[in-house]
Amino acid sequence: MEVTSSKAVPPNPSERITPRKKAGTSAGRKIMKHWQFYLLVFLPLLYIIIFKYIPMFGVIIAFKEYNVVQGILGSPWAGLKYFKQLFEVPFFWQYFKNTLEISLYGMAIGFPAPIILALALNEIRNGIFKKSVQMVTYAPYFISTVVIVSILIVNLSPNVGLLSNAFRALGMEPVDFLGKAGFFKTIYVFSDVWQFTGYGAIIYIAALSGVNPDLYEAAKVDGASRFQKIINIDIPSLIPVIVILLILNLGQMMSLGFEKIYLMQNPLNQNTSEVISTYVYKVGLLGANFSFSAAIGLFNSVINFVLLILVNFISKKISSNSLW
Amino acid sequence: MNQTLIKESVTDKLFLSIVYIFLSIVLILILFPLLHILSASFSSPSAVTSGKVWLWPVDFTLVGYKAVFQNSDILVGFGNSFFYTIVGTLVNVAFTVMLAYPLARKTFYGRGLIMILIVFTMFFDGGLIPNYLLVKSLGMVNTRWAMIIPGALAVFQVIIARTFFQSIPEELAEAAEMDGCSDMRFFLRIVLPLSKPILAVLFLMYAVGHWNAYFNALIYLKDSSMFPLQIFLRNILILNSENSDMLTNVNSLLVQQGLKDLLKYSLIVVSSAPVLIIYPFVQRHFVKGVMIGSLKG
Repeated sequence: MEVTSSKAVPPNPSERITPRKKAGTSAGRKIMKHWQFYLLVFLPLLYIIIFKYIPMFGVIIAFKEYNVVQGILGSPWAGLKYFKQLFEVPFFWQYFKNTLEISLYGMAIGFPAPIILALALNEIRNGIFKKSVQMVTYAPYFISTVVIVSILIVNLSPNVGLLSNAFRALGMEPVDFLGKAGFFKTIYVFSDVWQFTGYGAIIYIAALSGVNPDLYEAAKVDGASRFQKIINIDIPSLIPVIVILLILNLGQMMSLGFEKIYLMQNPLNQNTSEVISTYVYKVGLLGANFSFSAAIGLFNSVINFVLLILVNFISKKISSNSLW
Repeated sequence: MNQTLIKESVTDKLFLSIVYIFLSIVLILILFPLLHILSASFSSPSAVTSGKVWLWPVDFTLVGYKAVFQNSDILVGFGNSFFYTIVGTLVNVAFTVMLAYPLARKTFYGRGLIMILIVFTMFFDGGLIPNYLLVKSLGMVNTRWAMIIPGALAVFQVIIARTFFQSIPEELAEAAEMDGCSDMRFFLRIVLPLSKPILAVLFLMYAVGHWNAYFNALIYLKDSSMFPLQIFLRNILILNSENSDMLTNVNSLLVQQGLKDLLKYSLIVVSSAPVLIIYPFVQRHFVKGVMIGSLKG
């Protein structure tokens, strides 16, 4: 190995010719020549295999009677017992429905929001106002989930906070928004919009800045209004990005983030706030029911994966935009 | 023709003013809650409890901040979070570029296969329980390692970094190779100095992620001496279970309740400050990063 590296100078020019002579030079030779690449990727790749692929095989505990003593491989098989059990849990479909509803609601509001913001920002000229809007709208992305939920709690609580102040100022009785199950989804979705719209808009702003200026010139000559330019130039040029992001979003529909929902939960809103990921955590780690919990997780991942492939396939058929 | 032009420019003007109004409303909606919290954190406990604070501080005081910095938990949390953020980010960035750079080079035999291996993990993972059992079997539960190693790399960032590295012309590497420069040396001496923008992006994204994360700490750590700030924040802000040592020198119950409310505001400000203060200076890089990642994803 050292020979190839330190004496790389003289053999190099000749080696640049040899591959063309012997078209199928061995893989080993190509590897030896650039062995340092393999040195570089060794640790990260080891990480990927251990921390990404081993857990993938670890999901077999969903089919086993896992116990700590015998470990993953040693534990006896349970077949589909836990999957059957899953469908018998009385609240499971409720959690499934909550997951789906929050996701779809979130997508219905949260997906178009950054597009609208980007289109609006694209209309105004570069200046302090545009820069401030961009800077301020990106900022909430950097606030932690814990703090976001705290802000929600502080502002929505019936005791202190903006909304209750406003209610009192108007002579109305303050409402405990987070204690009302009916408000949970809306609070979740709109606080996400508040936090992520600016960040989400960056991709679209980038795509819009790449639009060929000739198109606008031509539209101007044709007497198109600003609004017509948005409809006929801006939106069509965003379609590829929109489709890709839509596929990715739909593919993650069931993997609703655990972090924020878990923090927003309280006994009063449990009915609408329990989703699959929080249930997996509670059953699995808090209840130490590993196999059952892994079965729920696997069920969820499979749905996600199938959705992703399905949506990608459909999109490929109709719009020729796809992930692969 | 002339008339339509004028007429259209009027509707255009109207449209443009709607756009400006819309953006102003967006600006206010985002800024107002943040300013309110900032102002409340500088106000007196009684003003906060009685709801007198709107946009500006009422009865300016630093009592809230005093209480925050007297709390030993929060100081421990700050220390831990700084440690996890610095060490974690260094590991993250190193691993990311080590993996991303060879994947960007055409002469790296087997890169297609490795790329598939990596991208697949974006769409399918074992889930919470298998991950937890793995970390447990590695003996990392309730150690500081659990905060660094299981998240040593984000596949998405590898793809962003790789896209950036691909923009460095292959001819440059070929020329260096002809001159006898090894791949490693080329990477360290030429590629990395050329990659400051992407390094800045990676540092920022990973550091923010570490600073704000609470999930790994929630599932892997039991010992409160190792908790990052976010876990203490959750305990105080969301579970309402602050330890009482920050309220010891207050005797009246009413003042105590007021201070409790005020403390939340100050805590929100103090914990978000490190990230939000750095953010304006690195915003340029971070926008660039999202663009690199998006245009060729």
